[in-house]
Amino acid sequence: MDLIKPDLGLLFWMLITFGIVLYILGKYAWKPILKALSEREDAITEALDKAEEAKKQMANMQAENEKLLAQARAEREAILRDAKEMKESIIAQAKTSADVEGKKMIANAKENIEREKVAAIHDLKNQVASYSIEIAEQLVRKKLESSKEQEELVNKAINNFHLN
Amino acid sequence: MAAKVSRFFNLKVFSLLAVLLTFFAVKMVAQEEPKSEHSNEHATEQTAEHPATAGHESGKFNAGEMILGHIADEHDWHIVGPVTLPLPIILYSEEKGLDIFMSSKFEPHHGEERSYNGYEMHKGKIALASGTSIHDFSITKNVASLFITAGLLLFVFLTIAKSYKTRKGKAPKGLQSWLEPIILFVRDDIAKPTIGHKYQRFMPLLLTIFFFIFFGNLLGLIPIFPGGANLTGNIAIPFFLASVILITIIVIANKHYWGHIIAMPGVPKLVLLILTPIELLGFVLRPFVLMIRLFANISAGHIIALAFYSLIFIFGAKSAVAGYGVSIVSVLFTVFMFCLDLLVAFLQAFVFTLLSSIYFGSAIEEPAHH
Repeated sequence: MDLIKPDLGLLFWMLITFGIVLYILGKYAWKPILKALSEREDAITEALDKAEEAKKQMANMQAENEKLLAQARAEREAILRDAKEMKESIIAQAKTSADVEGKKMIANAKENIEREKVAAIHDLKNQVASYSIEIAEQLVRKKLESSKEQEELVNKAINNFHLN
Repeated sequence: MAAKVSRFFNLKVFSLLAVLLTFFAVKMVAQEEPKSEHSNEHATEQTAEHPATAGHESGKFNAGEMILGHIADEHDWHIVGPVTLPLPIILYSEEKGLDIFMSSKFEPHHGEERSYNGYEMHKGKIALASGTSIHDFSITKNVASLFITAGLLLFVFLTIAKSYKTRKGKAPKGLQSWLEPIILFVRDDIAKPTIGHKYQRFMPLLLTIFFFIFFGNLLGLIPIFPGGANLTGNIAIPFFLASVILITIIVIANKHYWGHIIAMPGVPKLVLLILTPIELLGFVLRPFVLMIRLFANISAGHIIALAFYSLIFIFGAKSAVAGYGVSIVSVLFTVFMFCLDLLVAFLQAFVFTLLSSIYFGSAIEEPAHH
């Protein structure tokens, strides 16, 4: 039957045509197409991987930044605290040293005053004595011949004086 | 494997139905043939030579002749009405040597056997008047259709290949984006799962076969000039493609595969006497079934569509009213069948490629390490 008997002529042309088509398409179509497809797939996979990696890196960086920020904040806090402490200690030190110095100065002043006072008293004593002698001399000269006797008399009297 | 088999069980049932339908139709035609030849010799001759015009030129309409004429090969391509494209005829015989001439040289008178220069054409077959054997390498309608299909394949895929080069790494565009999913489908859903990591070796063959069948089927569905030939439904084409598959399997098959066919390991010698012939038969039967499936499906599609149209003329011959009435139903059914055939066009290309791919996969399968 014609319908199910392969026709030799058609088979012959099919062999030639299919062979040529297979060869040309295999070499100039399927190879570049499949290559381009797999290359594109690889490129897409790579790009996705890279994006994922970049995302991860970004997250890492962010975490690092945060860490750095926290560190900086802590450092600032510490510095501030230190400064405050230092200020307080300096103030306290200054206060104590001023106190001590003042006390010392006061003590010195008191000592000086005491010394000056004693000297002044001593001076005053001598002055008073010399004035008294003078006064007494003038008095005695008028009344006494010998001043020697008079002087002895006055000294005796002065020694009997005790200031303080 | 079992899952795959069950998945394509439906297809097999469908194919089987198509085969049955084809043979049923062929049988009907065969029964009708002698009757009509008896009743009207002239009409029969005419329908054989100009099947497409048979319906409206002759008084009597013979559906079987018309349908068979349409799905068979021809020496000239009838385009529309009286317009016919002459095709080159290439003949070789020991008596006359090589002879090349156009089919229009055959006197185009109707009803008679056409003859030219000692050659006689009868029902699309050329023979020598003297009766000696002749080799016919003519560019028939199917050969011309084969060239058109091949040309289309080359044009489409070389264009696409070029756009893959010019638009490297970019998203597909135009024709490229229409066919890329199909190429990826063949690669990812046919070749990769059935063959495994060595699939790349088979991609050119599988893709060429897939698109050859697909484009051939689609061209066959176009009723006007560039299409309309029953190329993939002509037994020679599925026969050739199945032979390619068989030869490829023979070339690539490894020891493991041959071992399982010739002497199934772990089977008693006595059983092998039965098993080996069965395995050998299966080895040849697999490509044979590939051939029959493609042939029957595509032919059946053509036969059914034409049969529905024949109904119009059969009823029209009885009464004009019946003819017009039936034509509505016929057109609706033909539209439905056409849609189904569009699906079949893809499906058959897919099934042929998938099964070939499965056979390739099993032929190069390495023995599992126990």
